[in-house]
Amino acid sequence: MLAFLTRRLLGMAVVLAVMSFIVFMLIGLMPGDPIDIMIASNPDLTPADGARLKRLHGLDLPLWERYANWLGGVFTGDLGFSRTYNRPVMEILLPRLGNTVILLGLSSIVAILIAIPLGVIAATRPQSRLDGAINLFCFAGISVPPFWLALLFIMIFAVALGWLPAGGMGAADAGFFARLEFLVLPVATLTIASLAGYTRFARAAMIEVLRQDYIRTARAKGLGPRRTVFGHGLRNAMLPLTTIIALDFGTLFSGALITETMFGYLGMGKLIYDSILGNDFNLALVGLLLATLVVLIGNFLADIAYAVLDPRISFRALEVAA
Amino acid sequence: MTIAADTPNTITAGPSMFWQRFRRNRPAMLSAAALVLIALAALLAPAFEAMLGVDATRVDLFNQYAPPDATHWLGTDEAGRDVLVRLLYGGRISLLVGLVAALGAATIGTAVGLLAGYYGGRLDTLLMRTTDGFIALPLLPLLIILAAVDLAKVGVPDDIANSEMASLYRIIFIIALVGWTTVARLVRAGTLSVRSREFVRAAEAMGARPATIMLRHILPNIVSPIIVATTLSIGTVILLESVLSFLGLGIQPPIPSWGNMLTNAQELATRAPALAVWPGAVIFVTVMAFNFLGDGLQDALDPRATRR
Repeated sequence: MLAFLTRRLLGMAVVLAVMSFIVFMLIGLMPGDPIDIMIASNPDLTPADGARLKRLHGLDLPLWERYANWLGGVFTGDLGFSRTYNRPVMEILLPRLGNTVILLGLSSIVAILIAIPLGVIAATRPQSRLDGAINLFCFAGISVPPFWLALLFIMIFAVALGWLPAGGMGAADAGFFARLEFLVLPVATLTIASLAGYTRFARAAMIEVLRQDYIRTARAKGLGPRRTVFGHGLRNAMLPLTTIIALDFGTLFSGALITETMFGYLGMGKLIYDSILGNDFNLALVGLLLATLVVLIGNFLADIAYAVLDPRISFRALEVAA
Repeated sequence: MTIAADTPNTITAGPSMFWQRFRRNRPAMLSAAALVLIALAALLAPAFEAMLGVDATRVDLFNQYAPPDATHWLGTDEAGRDVLVRLLYGGRISLLVGLVAALGAATIGTAVGLLAGYYGGRLDTLLMRTTDGFIALPLLPLLIILAAVDLAKVGVPDDIANSEMASLYRIIFIIALVGWTTVARLVRAGTLSVRSREFVRAAEAMGARPATIMLRHILPNIVSPIIVATTLSIGTVILLESVLSFLGLGIQPPIPSWGNMLTNAQELATRAPALAVWPGAVIFVTVMAFNFLGDGLQDALDPRATRR
């Protein structure tokens, strides 16, 4: 158990380090640095001042040296400042992270709660008309451009019908329930995107399980269809499903970026997008790393859930696989 | 765990059997027909332009938001340009990006998968760790950063970096760069299952070079999962392209693409809802067709799939 944890945590650290290096280098390749932008927006600054400012902030150093300095700062707990907000990046990121977790959490729960019954229904009646309809719905869900779906939702439910707000988050001091109506459309958009994939996997996993010998045994001993499907079938089908859902966190985050941007929802995805476009490089870098960390933790929790759900899998087995 | 996409199917049906099976799959047949139609219409865009006497790029501020009529079948957009012809030109770009980037990604994925599966050991561990790492990443923010990189700073010659087509080349390149993981895993799994078979052993015994073995003996036997995954990924690529172009980071105007035709749609939602509907609907139909086609190919290429 301890060895497993150590290995996984080390692996996560390596991925984060590699990611931070690559992103740092890429950001160095983006047009203009913070000082150039300051000079462009402030006519009083002479090029000589600019050069002095660059030296002051270490921006005249080669890229790899700047990375080393940044990394040194990280180890002393200094993740740097945001250019546009003029505050430490973590102060800005953490509330946004909370908002994104609410959005992702809600839509994952809704998606799973709908996907599992749909998958079970489809798997227990393969090739039926209902199975076909569910299949068509899944293909549509996978193929619809998420930003366009958001746009349609806004046009229908906010503009035409006026039932729900088109975007924003509601007053900050309003309670969770008062802000709930602002969550409906973003959660619905994000849910449809992931629901389709989950349903297909739930169906595939369920069909696979229902073909097993122990299901035939359960039927042969006279167990009713409901108890066979839910008691024996679903429990085992949940295993591959857990993995798929966990491995999907990265995609889910990409979906959150689109959804948040479309609805003006103040989450991490929108923050990262805005900071890249606004040349707030440090914020973008740390935000991207934080998002990666969340995704990695998601994968990690899935492995643990896997071992907990399946008594046949021990942490030792996971260690070998890792 | 066997999930359809992860199973390598090394048994390939013969051409006639493939056609028989594929023909029975109505959604896939319909999708293939729809895609041929869309591609033809996109290729004939200049002909439509001439026939209708409209111009896809000329701004006509006296004819903004015109309703559909005999010349402008789908009306005009906020700059008075014909929506139908722009959709067709956009289709050329979106389909081109989809095909080329998916093929590029498949090539990278095949190379990685063959090397990992054939050589095994440390190389396999390194390549597959990298693949897993890639799969776990939130790709969209990474693509946004890649799309914002200054081409001049990477050493791309100025005349290419500043050309109108730069955004097209760039988007194809960056999507291929991040989209190879599925194919890599499938090819590795296929390679593992084929590499200890007799004909591979025989080729090795006769002293064939590793490159010959991988390309001549292993690759032809694992080509069907590659075809399926590539077809499915064309849809994904078109979606990614449309998202990036929509966000203003992909194909740059004046070149129309289905994604960048929607860039202003959010502001236009009340004024001209149809403008926000058409490009999205075309993306939706095209991506869905590629997905059905890929699914149909998978069923037809893998005889064991009948049990589904």
